[in-house]
Amino acid sequence: MKASQRALNGLSHVALAVWAVTVILPIVWTFLASFKTNTEIFTDPLGLPATPSFDSWGRAWETAHVGRYLINSVVVVTAATAGTMLLGSMAAYVLARYSFRGNRFLYYLFVSGLVFPVFLALVPLFFVVRNLGLLDTHTGLVLVYIAYSLPFTVFFLAAFFRTLPDQIAESALLDGASHTRIFFSVMLPMAKPGLVSITIFNVIGQWNQYLLPIVLLSGAVEDKWVLTQGIANISTSAGYQADWPALFAALSLTILPALAVYLVFQRQIQAGLTTGALK
Amino acid sequence: MRRGSGKFVAGFLALPVLVYLVFVIGPYLQAFYLALTDWRGVSGSPEFIGLGNFERLLGDATFWKAVSHHAILLVVLPLATLGIALFFAFLINAGARSGTRGVWGSRFYQAVFFFPQVLAVAAVGVLFQAVYRPDSGGILNGLLNAVGLDNVGWLTDPDLALWSIIAVLVWQAVGFYVVLFSAGMAAIPKEIHEAAALDGAGRGRMFFSVTLPLLWDSLQAAWVYLGIAAFDGFALVAVLSVNRGGPDGATTVLPLEIWRTAFSFSKFGYAAAMGVALFFLTLTFALLALRVTRRERIDLA
Repeated sequence: MKASQRALNGLSHVALAVWAVTVILPIVWTFLASFKTNTEIFTDPLGLPATPSFDSWGRAWETAHVGRYLINSVVVVTAATAGTMLLGSMAAYVLARYSFRGNRFLYYLFVSGLVFPVFLALVPLFFVVRNLGLLDTHTGLVLVYIAYSLPFTVFFLAAFFRTLPDQIAESALLDGASHTRIFFSVMLPMAKPGLVSITIFNVIGQWNQYLLPIVLLSGAVEDKWVLTQGIANISTSAGYQADWPALFAALSLTILPALAVYLVFQRQIQAGLTTGALK
Repeated sequence: MRRGSGKFVAGFLALPVLVYLVFVIGPYLQAFYLALTDWRGVSGSPEFIGLGNFERLLGDATFWKAVSHHAILLVVLPLATLGIALFFAFLINAGARSGTRGVWGSRFYQAVFFFPQVLAVAAVGVLFQAVYRPDSGGILNGLLNAVGLDNVGWLTDPDLALWSIIAVLVWQAVGFYVVLFSAGMAAIPKEIHEAAALDGAGRGRMFFSVTLPLLWDSLQAAWVYLGIAAFDGFALVAVLSVNRGGPDGATTVLPLEIWRTAFSFSKFGYAAAMGVALFFLTLTFALLALRVTRRERIDLA
């Protein structure tokens, strides 16, 4: 390798390393700060904790209710993603593989949801949920998550179902299998790669949702809050209570599950999210 | 239609269509009607006032401030994000020795760069409160102090606050596009780069004359995507900025004003009108973007 090229490669690594540090530094700082004391955090922001203490993590879990919020998030997202995948794949399958009057109309009705900003619907949505008596309930939030995840899920899965071969379904039909049975035991297993990508896409999108929870789960039902609204609220109240280590422990507890899942499913997550961008 | 499938089709569509109509299509349609009313409260019925809300919007300084912030975001967010992402994607892929895919450690860099993308914006907002703290306790100011510089009011200085927010949006988005463009670059046949190298193209020339045109499709999608993101910004501004959109409206965005107008001030009709305005702004951008970026496609096959 020529010297000039080696120098260029060296510079490349410097530039790449600088960006890697700007990504990692705030996160590592947060972890460290959770083990410090209030004074240490603000008088010596770049120093290490003198006597590391886990107390703040306990306070974050119990007093700041991070444990509660985490469980709520898991419950809501599990139900919402399962519902989205079931309803989304049913609609996408029928729209992709059966011809009937109104098929195109329904398909475009679903896809049109990709164009509208959710803020346009925000005010009427609040009253629809309220009039159904679902305000401040997890059921309401789950149904709204499902509804707003359908456009992309249907769009993506319909394209996927169209690419699957006909022969297997045809022969199953001749063998006397019902349409429902063919869907669940023949077509869904064949669509697994598409289902995995879009499940990841929906889990991450719904887990990170902030707007819908703060509109649909108000301040009166703090025990039902999800993680995103909980952590945002802890940060506004931390200043008054002056328990910064607990805030950073709470933030660490928010980041750690995401990091763990990311480390395990890194490739699938990158693939799942990037297919989302190319809609 | 296959025999006996009518019931099946109806059965499979009923629930998804119902949920979608009730929670998505219904509210979207109602929004256009509510925008023409002066509805102010949970009790009481909406009074039709025609385009009154929109007339008021034209004279609303906060509205125009928010719109001007979207204009800045629309230019800066795609330019900065795509510029930085292309730069890193090129460094990761072009530094490769023949026969390898990507520079040494390329998987590691991509994995690290991408991570902020999976974090909730609300968590990122709280994270950057620590980074941007105005006193010496902040991460950035701590670093500045360490090299003998004074504290900077990253979020409290009205001239700086919006830029600090934009920097976080870029911080979170870059890795996603690095991965997207790296995949695009890896798909470009090696022979094309080899041929260009034989013709004497240097790294810079190679990037602008070979790589960039071949990535045009991904770039176009990325630009539209970031442009649409430029009309949002709600979660980050709500969590990170001083007083939700402050100081003194210096960082506010339309989604935040819609939310505040509706759920803090109970002016539901006026908030719906803002939503309609936001919708037409987004739509105008999307249509313009598709027109401008249309360009001859380069086929690799």
